[in-house]
Amino acid sequence: MLKIKNLTVNVGTKEILKGLNLEVNAGEIHAIMGPNGAGKSTLSHVLSGKSGYEVTGGSITYNDKNLLEMPAEIRAREGVFLAFQYPVEIAGVTNVYLLKAALNAVRKHNGLSEVDAMDFLTLVKAKTKALDMDEKFLYRAVNEGFSGGEKKRNEILQMAMLEPQLCILDETDSGLDIDALRIVADGVNALRSENRAFIMVTHYQRLLDYIKPDFVHVLADGKIVKSGGAELALELEEKGYGWLEQA
Amino acid sequence: MSISWLDDFRQQAQSQFEQTGFPSNRLEDWRYTNVSAIAKKEFPLAKIENSPVFEGSKGGTAFHFVLVDGFFNAGLSNLPKSITVCSINDALKNHAGLLQSKFNQAITQTHGFIDFNTANFTDGLFIHIAENEVLDKPLQIIHVATQEAILPTRHVVILEKNAKATLIETFSSSEGNAYLTNSVAEIFVGENADLTLYKVQQESETAYHFGGTYVQQADNARFTHHNFALGSVLARSDIVCDLATAAECELNGLYLGSQKQHLDNFTRINHLQPNGISREFYKGILTDQAKGVFQGRIVVAENAQKIDSKMNNRNLLLSNEAEIDTKPQLEIYADDVKCAHGVTVGQLDEKSIFYLQSRGIDEATAKHILTFAFANEMVDKITVPSLRESVFNLLLARFPEGAER
Repeated sequence: MLKIKNLTVNVGTKEILKGLNLEVNAGEIHAIMGPNGAGKSTLSHVLSGKSGYEVTGGSITYNDKNLLEMPAEIRAREGVFLAFQYPVEIAGVTNVYLLKAALNAVRKHNGLSEVDAMDFLTLVKAKTKALDMDEKFLYRAVNEGFSGGEKKRNEILQMAMLEPQLCILDETDSGLDIDALRIVADGVNALRSENRAFIMVTHYQRLLDYIKPDFVHVLADGKIVKSGGAELALELEEKGYGWLEQA
Repeated sequence: MSISWLDDFRQQAQSQFEQTGFPSNRLEDWRYTNVSAIAKKEFPLAKIENSPVFEGSKGGTAFHFVLVDGFFNAGLSNLPKSITVCSINDALKNHAGLLQSKFNQAITQTHGFIDFNTANFTDGLFIHIAENEVLDKPLQIIHVATQEAILPTRHVVILEKNAKATLIETFSSSEGNAYLTNSVAEIFVGENADLTLYKVQQESETAYHFGGTYVQQADNARFTHHNFALGSVLARSDIVCDLATAAECELNGLYLGSQKQHLDNFTRINHLQPNGISREFYKGILTDQAKGVFQGRIVVAENAQKIDSKMNNRNLLLSNEAEIDTKPQLEIYADDVKCAHGVTVGQLDEKSIFYLQSRGIDEATAKHILTFAFANEMVDKITVPSLRESVFNLLLARFPEGAER
């Protein structure tokens, strides 16, 4: 599904990613772990098409297409979804309108008709309930005045509605208490399928107790320095990142 | 028909206008707005004629008072029976005493547009709501322009003690019609009376507009104004409110300028007595080469203690050539007051645009959604459902897909 080859990325004049390789297949869950400043968020942002990053070398192919040539909204319509580390508050735009506009944009791109208003409401209410969110959230402005946990749940709600193929979770566990973390993890686990892949970018192993990865990669100084199975995360938890950077 | 007291006002105003003309931008209150193009147009005065009237002149509300080219059209109008309401020309015949006692009394400071209006107004609305009376449905004043002319209208609105009413004033025209609207309203809100006035200015893109609203608020009187400046190539709105003890005034506004539009919003709230409350909130969105002006002035007189006043002006500039001149002013002579003002000028938030894009929404639509949301805060304040819907749709026409229909 996703092939990242020898990717190098600059922010300004500083090289952040220094030859990153990663291959993700449908049905897999990959965890990207690493110390602060390793380039984890840069990787999420470059995948989602955020401006401000200069790709200086390498390639990203997604479903055999050149992902880097697509504007952010086309990536989203093609099934790439970024759950933000810091979801943006948007005054005056209701959650329900964003969800509907987004869903229709994705459907239109895929040759489907606009969603029926009643079907949409039934669907969105069911997904909201599944995430233990009050229906009132649908009619509030996007993320405005939401707690940290509510914002992250809202990201998962959007993900559940859009049913993307490639889900990138950027530090989704940050700022969550245990209860919120469990709800978010349940939401993600419910979306696991053989057609869908996940990349979880995280500093801590905590999230991986709830969402079990198939692969764990360590990102340090702009490269993946070690890959392994779920057990690698436990090793990192125990030893920290220092031993890898020295190697 | 000649009425001597009115003729005196007219002659005095005419000679004043002949001396000064329309206001020069050398005057402080006019420094951001050059109206010299209007005089050069040499529009004639509107004449009464059987002009064709288009769809826009039909009111969406139960009660409407229609002015075609500045003349009351009884056939198109539907007036409430429970209160005194008629054209100002009828009032000169039937309510002369009351009209004479109020005429020109709400205007404390004049300028060329007001003088021109006093000297030349052709018609307008007269409304008198007696003590304790309530107009239960809104009355819409509909201005329709069909001639290439100056359309001077004058309204006198009187609410006695405890009276209550909602008025909606709309200005529109056939497309491409060039003219000057010159509309002056004098409003007297009696003790503990309550008036809400909506103004929706959607003149043609080649029209000039001057609209002045001058309000006298008695003790405990409430006045709420919602000002939507959408149309015309050059528009100036004046709102001046004089507040007595514990009077409350709320001024909301939204100006949307595109292409070469110039939209000037001048407001002045005079707290003349203690314990008054005022809230002013104006938002502007300017794109292309459009220019917006916000001049908000709140004056608190020396003896007007315990005033609670807030003024806020927020602007979105959507192009490099768009411009806003904003001048909030507090002029406080009392020492025990709570007054605050704030201004912002900015662009759409890049993070918000990207957030919407990351959900599949293209950049242009994302910008429309965010711009619509900025403006819709003012539309949401409209409490008349049919009016809220029609202004919502006007906004949606400017920013397609900015919200769900």
